[in-house]
Amino acid sequence: MSDAALNPSIEASAGKAARTKPEKTVAASGQWRLIWLRFRRHKLAFWSGIVVIAIYAVALFSDFIAPTTAFSYNAQYTYAPPQMVRVWGQDTDGNRHLFYVHDYTVTVDPIALQRSFEPDRETIVPLGFFVRGEPYRFWGLIPMEHRLFGPKEVGQPFYLFGADRLGRDVFSRTIHGTRVSMSIGLIGVAISLVIGIILGGISGLAGGWLDEVIQRTIEFLKSIPTIPLWMGLAAAIPLNIHPLIVYFWITVILSLIGWTDIARIVRGKFLSLKTEDFVTAARLDGCGQQRIIWRHMVPSFMSHLIASTTLAIPAMILAETMLSFLGIGLRPPVVSWGVLLKESQSILAVANAPWLFLPGLAVIIAVLALNFLGDGLRDAADPYGR
Amino acid sequence: MLTYIARRILFMVPITLAISLVTFIIIQLPPGDFVTALSAQASENNEQIDPETLAALRERYGFDQPIIVQYWKWITNIVFHGDFGQSFEWNRPVSELIWDRLGLTLVVSLATLIFVWILAFPIGIYSAVRQYSWGDYIATFIGFIGLAVPNFLLALVLMYVTSRFMGANVGGLFSAEYANADWSWGRVGDLLNHLWVPVIVLGTGGTAALIRIMRANLLDELKKPYVELARARGLSETYLLLKYPVRVALNPFVSTLGWILPTLVSGAVVTAIVLSLPTTGPLLLNALFAQDMYLAGAFILLLSILTLIGTLVSDILLAWLDPRIRYE
Repeated sequence: MSDAALNPSIEASAGKAARTKPEKTVAASGQWRLIWLRFRRHKLAFWSGIVVIAIYAVALFSDFIAPTTAFSYNAQYTYAPPQMVRVWGQDTDGNRHLFYVHDYTVTVDPIALQRSFEPDRETIVPLGFFVRGEPYRFWGLIPMEHRLFGPKEVGQPFYLFGADRLGRDVFSRTIHGTRVSMSIGLIGVAISLVIGIILGGISGLAGGWLDEVIQRTIEFLKSIPTIPLWMGLAAAIPLNIHPLIVYFWITVILSLIGWTDIARIVRGKFLSLKTEDFVTAARLDGCGQQRIIWRHMVPSFMSHLIASTTLAIPAMILAETMLSFLGIGLRPPVVSWGVLLKESQSILAVANAPWLFLPGLAVIIAVLALNFLGDGLRDAADPYGR
Repeated sequence: MLTYIARRILFMVPITLAISLVTFIIIQLPPGDFVTALSAQASENNEQIDPETLAALRERYGFDQPIIVQYWKWITNIVFHGDFGQSFEWNRPVSELIWDRLGLTLVVSLATLIFVWILAFPIGIYSAVRQYSWGDYIATFIGFIGLAVPNFLLALVLMYVTSRFMGANVGGLFSAEYANADWSWGRVGDLLNHLWVPVIVLGTGGTAALIRIMRANLLDELKKPYVELARARGLSETYLLLKYPVRVALNPFVSTLGWILPTLVSGAVVTAIVLSLPTTGPLLLNALFAQDMYLAGAFILLLSILTLIGTLVSDILLAWLDPRIRYE
């Protein structure tokens, strides 16, 4: 817009052609603003973007948001069913509370030793914001006690998603799992992006035998069925190493295939841009090779690349979930959505505790939101089209 | 055309060799070998295997030789004798274990492919012709759900729902009385009876993707002038739709065969583990856990070759169907 303001004659002529005001702004907007305007119009993608940001915020502050730590357990509440948050209740002392859940009445079957839970409509567990819980270290550094939401008294049962076989809160664990599951997609994509841009760039710019070698490698990698390949590689990770190293290896394994798509896009873009007028113009203006690449060519397909990488994240999240579910990815004590879903592997456990599926809901929401966001970004990435 | 096919087949040879090498490296990756796994297992059960037996086992399978020699032994036996080595865990030749399972994998994958096509074709056309209708929105929504739900989760939920509300156990591919029987019409019928669960689980993702592709392609075609012309000449809407734009938009159905078959085969691995199907999946996972390297290697190798063949067939079909494709 500032460019147009500096040059009144251009604005005047544009004003004649464009009758309405918004069009005038569009005509004078930069590329990123055009992308943003177009993206805003795509309602579903826009709201998905907000959901994605929210999920990453949860991942960032999971210690604080989750009502309990990932490992707090209470054997009294094994396989306790989910509780419903209710509003405006009165406890036995006559105090009113804005949010509360019903306590359980636990009966133990004397023969099968199985616990059955009924909501105890008489006793209530008052809930509140910024309540004191078990002490923990925020990001493993800052000692803290307060949590976003939870029972006002420490140790009272609050199982939004029910409890697992050790009486751990499935909801808290799902929140804690967000960090690992969402970051593995992000880091995996980052690795793929770096490899993809470098190799795709070399392939597209250098051409010749280097191009040939890289292209054949991509074709080869794509011809191996991914899941058996991932399984074979993941099974090769030793059992006794630190969980963080396992995490690292899993991301590397997932990026092993992931970079190929990005490299192909980068190569194709470089090949088609080589002959574009603006590149020739830049060359005739005496720009160096590096400047042409980084200041002229890369910015022109960066938006497209961001869209493609957004679409690559959900695939990685699903892959991690699958490997962990099979028991060859991440393993406890690491908490990820796949690790949580492994609990639901036994159909017998699930028959009595179907809420063990609920971490899957987190997977579905995250994957859907990222897919819609990527779709919208891809449409918006080329604001000059149509 | 024939030279094109011949060249493609010829091109498969180096790729297959490269795959076999990578496969061998993968199965060699875990630290230690089967013999260490065996002795670890024994010590877990408080037993001891004397070192001489272990050494003898190592020598018998050539574990003391360099990797290249082991690879050469392995691949030449496969190529010249069809001998995939010995499964340590089952104590039987690998070739006795795999073919049944590979065949059933193929059956499940092909059945899913047909299911995907039958479902995606009409829904895709409907979605494009009635763009932004309720039906289109529903199809799009279900499609996205299909893409977002992991296969294994869908399988688990389906198992849960059927066992809870229908009282049926949907795991496996055969009922108990047919599980180990010889092939007969009864067994085929039994197979078909069990096939629908894995087919639905596996097919949802592919159907979703194909509906999206079909819809997008057909939408592009419907805007073209030749459709307008056909309409102007008074052809009935159904006739002109099926006769021209659908035929052009059909190409992705064939070209997706190249990637849909591999994804089906590889997706079937996980689904099979959850549903405990007698296909490659569960055996591959067990073999990987037990470091039963020749068995795992045979599966990875054969699944890769299956993928290559799928890609080849789809390329040939596409070249045959679409005259615009040149055999460069």
